[in-house]
Amino acid sequence: MLSAEDRMCKTSETILNLDIVVPSQTRYLRLIGNIAEQLARDLDGEKSDRETLAYHLNLVVTEAVTNAIQYGCTNDRKNKIRILLSIENSDLCVRVYDYGQGFDIEAVPAPDIDELSERGRGIFFIRSLMDHVEYRKTESGNVLEMKKRLT
Amino acid sequence: MKLVTEQRDGRTVLMIKEGRLDAHNSGELKDRILKLFEEGGRDLVVDLADVQFIDSSGLGALLSGHKNAIHRSTGFALVGLQPRVKAMFELTRLQRVFEIYPGLREALDA
Repeated sequence: MLSAEDRMCKTSETILNLDIVVPSQTRYLRLIGNIAEQLARDLDGEKSDRETLAYHLNLVVTEAVTNAIQYGCTNDRKNKIRILLSIENSDLCVRVYDYGQGFDIEAVPAPDIDELSERGRGIFFIRSLMDHVEYRKTESGNVLEMKKRLT
Repeated sequence: MKLVTEQRDGRTVLMIKEGRLDAHNSGELKDRILKLFEEGGRDLVVDLADVQFIDSSGLGALLSGHKNAIHRSTGFALVGLQPRVKAMFELTRLQRVFEIYPGLREALDA
């Protein structure tokens, strides 16, 4: 368990870091989602809040990895997805790397309720449920970075 | 993916016997719903009582069924939504789009 004290004592460092690499296949969504859910559930805090956070984390990780699988992997050598789950200061951070051409997250429109499109709610969920969302290109691929404040 | 169908009071009931609907199995669910309509199924009821987790692709598969039902002028109802699943319908405002009942009995009596 990570106490608030632990977090306060280490003001500017990574307290926990889970670096996960899986094949770029949807069958691994459940595993990755469940790892993220369990991580959130084990945090200190009010139980019902943590349960909600755990569910939301499972969802945003599932959505982000689905995106990476569907749009990210264009070449064979890198047919893997990398997910970094960490607690940094008082933020729970999720980073999902992809090796495709990337996309402009700011250009993704909010779903139009009247259109009843079957797609396009994944980024909406991520934006709605996380405090900070950013997609950028790095030397090790594109990264979708999502943060949730724990305090 | 475990899906069970049965006829109840002249309606086709599709029970999703999975704890999780995500991009790994939502395509199969979508196909099954379309197939039920193609085979002449009417007034479909989808029972989500076992589903504890749904993502955007799961919602998409159900929306596909909803739109197909409209196209065929027949019914498409959802029952047994667990609280966290229901919350996802509310967040996307899809609870106003679907015909939703607490349980199978209420849907069949409606």
